Formats: sequence, C-alpha cells, structure tokens
Amino acid sequence: MTQTRREMLQRSAAVAGMLASLGLLPQLAHANTWNKAAFDAKNMADLMKALGTSAPAESKDVTITGPDIAENGAVVPVGCSTTLAGAKKLMILVEKNPNMLCALFDVTEGVDPNFSTRVKMGQSSDVYAVAVMADNKVLFAKKEIKVTLGGCGG
Amino acid sequence: MADPMRIRAQAAGDKATVRVLMAHEMETGQRKDSAGKTIPAWFIQDVVASHNGKPVFSAQWGPAVSKNPFLQFSVRGAKAGDKISVTWTDNKGDKRTDEATVS
Repeated sequence: MTQTRREMLQRSAAVAGMLASLGLLPQLAHANTWNKAAFDAKNMADLMKALGTSAPAESKDVTITGPDIAENGAVVPVGCSTTLAGAKKLMILVEKNPNMLCALFDVTEGVDPNFSTRVKMGQSSDVYAVAVMADNKVLFAKKEIKVTLGGCGG
Repeated sequence: MADPMRIRAQAAGDKATVRVLMAHEMETGQRKDSAGKTIPAWFIQDVVASHNGKPVFSAQWGPAVSKNPFLQFSVRGAKAGDKISVTWTDNKGDKRTDEATVS
C-alpha cells in the first residue's frame, strides 16, 4: 500500500514538473525577443552564428559615420546607413568592446535605412556598420575611431 | 516612472527626420561602485517607433549605447501633422511611450 502511494506521488510530481516546463517555455520565449546570444557575442563569427547569417563581406554601399578621434569614449556619435534597398537589419558594432554588438535595428519599408545614435567605447577600435539584406547577404563597412578616454569601465 | 523623452520630428520633402533623446541611465554592468561591487546592468533593450500608429522599425540595444541615448532616423512618407511615437523597454521591464507631431 505504501509503495503504490509513493509511486503515485512520484508520478504526479513528474507530471506537475512536465506541465510547469511546458507552461513556462512559451512564456520565456515571449519575454525574450531581445537576442541575448547576439548581444553576448565577442567576435564577428559568434555574432553571425547567433543571428543565423552568413559571413559578412565588405561593401561600399554601407556607410559608417563617426569622428576620427573621440575625446570621450562614453559618448561617441556614430551612424550607420545603406544605399541599397531591401535591408532587413542594420547593426552597429564596436570590435574591442566587451560585447561587440551595440545596437540592432529591424528596418521596414516605412523608414530609411539610416540611423544615428551615440555609443560607448572602451578603447580605440574599429567600428562596423553591418547590413543584413533580404536575401541574407551580410555587408559591412568599418571605420577606426580613436578614443582618448575610455567609456566602459570606471 | 522614467523621465519623458524629447522627440522632435521635422518634415523635409517626402520624409521626416526624427530625433529622440531618451532619459535613461544605461548602466553597462561593467562598472564598480566605491565598495568594489559591480553595479548591475540597467539599459534599454527594445525601442519601437510608430508612424500614425503603424510600427516603422524596432531596435534592440545593448548596454553599449550611451547614457541618455540619442537616436535619429527618417520616416518615409511622413508629413506635417503626422504622429510619431516612440516606446522603449528596459531590462527591468520598465516602459515609456512618448508621442510627437511632425512639424
């Protein structure tokens, strides 16, 4: 008698656990639109894997704008744009930051593929503008920005 | 509740240039306080902009975006009187939406 009771308890616990994991999973997926893997990527290869795209190629149709020398690494104005139609995503990357990816823009037809923002840079580094095209081609442009005062640690 | 954003949208030809200044700490999670403890990351993760209620783009940001982030973009087909709204969500789930009229 005790044994069956124990078995029954074990089974119901297992079922409850299964239900919890089933119920939890969609919730997690919903809350997590932010691409953690991409923002954790330390180099270009990891990032492309996280996004599921192919290796990037340099292109003159993608532009990165920014200063040659930034005095304050905490506020570096950078812009990324492309002249090509059909860009799906635009990204700003700073190569030598602890995590490469700074910003990722999902572009639609309603907006020009041209964004400017301000980023932090830990040290002088190459800064990339990366465009993911509708056919999954990845194009990039890079520019070296020298930083006199880092903006990451403290 | 976070401070309001400052949004300015100006029509130029067939598009409108929108400049947004958000008020946010954008803590990277890399800095340490005076006691040597790491200050936890606190930054805007998602930004969505809409033109007359229709989303035109969304952005995902990392902690490397500067404090009090600035963002500039151009909305196609927006003319004077149209509404541009911007919403951000940070990694603590805090949200803020602000709206501006294209001038």
